[in-house]
Amino acid sequence: MTDFFDPHERQSDDPDEEVGASLPGTPLAVEAIEAEPAMGREGSLYADAWRQLRRRPMFIISGVLILILITMAIWPGLFTRADPRSCHLEDSLLRPSRLHLFGTDLQGCDYLARTIYGARVSISIGIIVTVTSTFVAIVLGSVAGYYGGLVDSIIARITDVWFAIPTILGGIVILRSLFRVRGLLQVSLVLIVLGWPTMLRLVRSAVLSVREMDYVDSARALGVSDLRIIRRHILPNSLAPVIVYATITVGVIISAEAALSFLGVGLQLPSISWGLMISTAQNRILTAPHLLLFPGLFLSTTVFSFILMGDALRDALDPRLR
Amino acid sequence: MGRYLVRRMLQFVPVFFGATLLIFVMVWAIPGDPIRALAGDRVMAQSVQNELRSRYNLDDPLLVQYGKYINNVFHGDFGEDFRGRPVWDLMKQRLPITIRLALLAFGFELVIGILAGILAGVRKGGFMDTLVLVSTLVVIAIPIFVLGFLAQLLIGVQFHWLPVSGVQNGLKSYLLPAMVLGSVSLAYIARLTRTSLVENLRSDYVRTATAKGLSRRRVVGIHTFRNSMIPVVTYLAIDLGALMGGAIITETIFNIPGIGRAVFEGVQRQEGTVVVGIVTFLVVVYMIANLLVDILYAVLDPRIRYD
Repeated sequence: MTDFFDPHERQSDDPDEEVGASLPGTPLAVEAIEAEPAMGREGSLYADAWRQLRRRPMFIISGVLILILITMAIWPGLFTRADPRSCHLEDSLLRPSRLHLFGTDLQGCDYLARTIYGARVSISIGIIVTVTSTFVAIVLGSVAGYYGGLVDSIIARITDVWFAIPTILGGIVILRSLFRVRGLLQVSLVLIVLGWPTMLRLVRSAVLSVREMDYVDSARALGVSDLRIIRRHILPNSLAPVIVYATITVGVIISAEAALSFLGVGLQLPSISWGLMISTAQNRILTAPHLLLFPGLFLSTTVFSFILMGDALRDALDPRLR
Repeated sequence: MGRYLVRRMLQFVPVFFGATLLIFVMVWAIPGDPIRALAGDRVMAQSVQNELRSRYNLDDPLLVQYGKYINNVFHGDFGEDFRGRPVWDLMKQRLPITIRLALLAFGFELVIGILAGILAGVRKGGFMDTLVLVSTLVVIAIPIFVLGFLAQLLIGVQFHWLPVSGVQNGLKSYLLPAMVLGSVSLAYIARLTRTSLVENLRSDYVRTATAKGLSRRRVVGIHTFRNSMIPVVTYLAIDLGALMGGAIITETIFNIPGIGRAVFEGVQRQEGTVVVGIVTFLVVVYMIANLLVDILYAVLDPRIRYD
């Protein structure tokens, strides 16, 4: 770090304005420092990362794929004219052809339309679960990591209990037991409940490593409130691994949802979900393999894009790998 | 070391009771009356219902039920299913099959995963490195059941190399499911080995070893390798949980009568005792494995003990 001045001291003393006034440099630099009290290092970490990412093929490929998938989830009508729920029994189990690019399923529904509409559920569950469990993990994890002691022990023991239950096992038990009707919300809820412990451990250890930094000490010595220290000093500096892990988690969750739906404890018909489609396809794997291949391909591509994106972010955000 | 052991053991107690209680509560919150379900369409005399209810402790409050249950578990009694067959018998019958499958998967992922990781890690950025990184990414991205069906279609049906269903062909019939089950962990192990090898190769002790004239083989094979295995060892414990979840899916796809399928069938039949029994057993195995690995970790890496 090249800090010959100590912006934290001034910063904490009188938030925001005074730093800018007392610092030499261009207005832009001042702005950056104001926005990130964790100072130039933090701003430049993300700026550096962005500069690096823009040139990485891994990032561009996964970014484009994710954008397409999200568009598909929001406006499936852009990708297909057919209605996934208007089916003609006389068209049952057609092989892919010009009329039905992906063929048709047992009920004679256009399989391309169903595959495309399936993106919505997967992407929604992936994002809802990741955002919520990350939020829970950040709140509890920063409290546990920052305060330590008894609070930490209590949170750690609760986490341990949940952590001891493997996701698929727990998912089967909870989903099957608690919900007679299982839609997007129920499945998301269960995946959140089983997913937050891993994330919390990550946040906690990231916070722990930042907590001992000198700038946190100095902020505390100046009487800055705990909430403000966590929000402005600790979190911005510990978020990088969380962002990476969260991106990968979207993919992992999508895969878990599909697995649960496949096992028959996730989403139920008439939901359109890749996991369900694969589950239905398994009895006709020999006579109609296209029923398995297309949703399988879409599912794998989606998971792949998020994991690839997470990898690209890790390479860019982890300075040790540079 | 002694203090670390004691502390770690003490932490184990609340986790054990907490996790088993959570599962127990969730399973017994199953909507519907299991005794009615047992009777089906037939009319069951009230006295029979009462007898069954009291035999399975269904009248007690949940916590008392849990207490009785966990007490039995300590005595090796996991309860009976509704046909009066001890769950432990079912487990004894099914467990060897799953253990065989899991051991094969474990061996597969360890040998190939570590090898691939070393090949990739010794020359970072080289051809092998890129190959391993890309191929592991693809394997991680394909959900295990898609992979399972693909393997069935290609290797079993198209080429007839290996049996794809059941366990009639001895060890041979376990090969394909084990590969599918181990594939994702294999990818993670390869990546983990690679990362930690790359990191360690940059450390001072490696430079010292090279500087004093040791051969590259010795530097990588002895000095770096042993240190790089530490994170892989920890991963193995987490991996066990994934293997159990994966076993349910793999055993369903490949029609293998192991413990994973027993869980699934139990859930479908609403046989709470079976599900709770097996899942409790699996969670206990998982927790003990984690405990052992933590201790092993402390043996391997002395820095951990002085936390």
